[in-house]
Amino acid sequence: MSTTKTRDLARPAPAKASPAKPRRGLRGSPTFNFWLFTGPFLIGLAIFVYAPILWSLWLSFFEARFTVTPDKFVGFENYTYMLTNDDFVGSLVTFTVFAAFIVPTTWALSLGLALLVNRLRFMRAFFRSVFFLPTACSYVAAALIWKMSIFSGVRFGLMNTVIGWFGVENIAWLADPNPPWYWLVIVTARLWLQSGFYMILFLAALQNIPGELYEAAAIDGAKPGWQTFRHITLPQLRATSTAVILLLLIAAYQAFDEFFNLLSKTTWGRPPLVELYYKALGESQDYGSGSAGAVILTVLICAVTLLQGKFMGFGRGDESK
Amino acid sequence: MTTTTPEVGKSAPPSPKPRRGGRGGVMSSTGLYIATGIAGFFFLVPFYLLVRNALSTDAEITGENWKFFPTDIQWGNVKELFTDGTVPFGQSLWNSAVVATLHTAGVLLVCSLAGYGLARIPYRHANKVFYAVLGTLMVPTAVTFVPSFVLVSSLGWVDTYRGLIVPGLFSGFTCFLFRQYFLGFPKELEEAARVDGLGYWGAYWRIVVPNSLNFFAAMATITFINGWNSFLWPLVIGQDPGSWTVQVALSNYMTNQTVVFHLIFMATAFSILPLVFVFLFLQRWLVQGIAQTGIKG
Repeated sequence: MSTTKTRDLARPAPAKASPAKPRRGLRGSPTFNFWLFTGPFLIGLAIFVYAPILWSLWLSFFEARFTVTPDKFVGFENYTYMLTNDDFVGSLVTFTVFAAFIVPTTWALSLGLALLVNRLRFMRAFFRSVFFLPTACSYVAAALIWKMSIFSGVRFGLMNTVIGWFGVENIAWLADPNPPWYWLVIVTARLWLQSGFYMILFLAALQNIPGELYEAAAIDGAKPGWQTFRHITLPQLRATSTAVILLLLIAAYQAFDEFFNLLSKTTWGRPPLVELYYKALGESQDYGSGSAGAVILTVLICAVTLLQGKFMGFGRGDESK
Repeated sequence: MTTTTPEVGKSAPPSPKPRRGGRGGVMSSTGLYIATGIAGFFFLVPFYLLVRNALSTDAEITGENWKFFPTDIQWGNVKELFTDGTVPFGQSLWNSAVVATLHTAGVLLVCSLAGYGLARIPYRHANKVFYAVLGTLMVPTAVTFVPSFVLVSSLGWVDTYRGLIVPGLFSGFTCFLFRQYFLGFPKELEEAARVDGLGYWGAYWRIVVPNSLNFFAAMATITFINGWNSFLWPLVIGQDPGSWTVQVALSNYMTNQTVVFHLIFMATAFSILPLVFVFLFLQRWLVQGIAQTGIKG
């Protein structure tokens, strides 16, 4: 496996290339050139990615408050502390609830939009742009619009104005966790921001479905609409769907911006990254526990990625290229 | 992959080939347009609110009666935003422009070189290196922000452009995408260059890059958007208001006690404006890039 891989890397198209051509004409050996090309990247990767990861691992076994060169080894104490800490465990619960809302809704909405746009015959580019445009907005900008205009808890907020027409009292959307209206605010903001992006993925996949499949289905008597969708479109989109769900899950894990901005100063509704941010960079500057939390989170993400990779064969594609 | 024309980079533009198969499905044409229109309305409302509030007075934004349009459009808000001394907005806009631009240039340079090396240059341990790069994809950079912050602060890079830009340059993901792209790049072109006596370095700059501009444009667009919109890292690094990026500045206004509505909305509008331009002019590459890569970096 590993030897064939090396050959693949060296010659992605062995059948076509003329192997007789000697490499003497090249300046410098391939090894030198390899490091010339990849060296800057690998050095940066070592310093700014691998070193922090290892440092984080190391810190997580020490008591490290206000210091990053601790000397008090505490073993797994930080881990047991984080795993029994209500705030951190609560943040994992928050993530689970959030993912349970956002992943299916985004999947359905972006697929729905793609199906709509794909069937348009006029103004297709216009509507694609309309749905795609929110991708240009940052989570901070969206949080601001959502918090100060749409879901502002006062009378002049758009939602409160709209429900006021039906005689419903003002709702403090974000200021009160009971009932948890803040979920509506957070989920709609993210839906608006990311659906257009995944719609593009679905659109590309839809256009790759061979038209003959639909013709064959029509000949076999399948009714257009639900039947063709159920038996042709959906199965053909399987790979894209799985990829989209994986991406949505990872994105949900890393949720920070909108929670931080929409729910600033509250102690509820904190996803893991917000929790870690306050733990490590807040007043306590507890790098040890913060790092332990980051390690736990990383392990969880890896587990989810690998688990999903098993189903969809993530990364298998590059061997076939 | 057999094409040897110089236009290899232009792999399949998003051809708007209408799908005829679903013709006469669940929805009539009118119904289709009504549904799309309603969805489009909801997607545009936040933009409308943003512009409306940015051009209103505070009194009108917080008024009892909802107004669809501001009665008197306040163009003066633009001037006020940039002259108001209490809000260092111009500086943050400049910081974001510098950071996002250098971030994009750096990522493209470093990651495309590495991607090419991994895809094309024969080296015994190339696959081990490749797996070391792939491994970092499993660890989201956002999760390592605590030790990264520690590292950068011990380098003395807090509140500097270096601190904002350099750690983000080494994206395993972008490198991976470039490698995938270069694997599909027709080898014949490079072999012709080698016959003419060019080394890898020369072939890369004179043949490979000029013929890959479309892919580079797509990656640049995506990288720029991510750089401009990133929040967590600039928040961690930007301690001093002078080094805030636009996103950090907005976040700070939002949580401030004294809220000046029209200025905040005007600031938000200006934070989105550059990317709207990117969208209008580079949408083709953006859509193509997303469709090709499938994943946001």
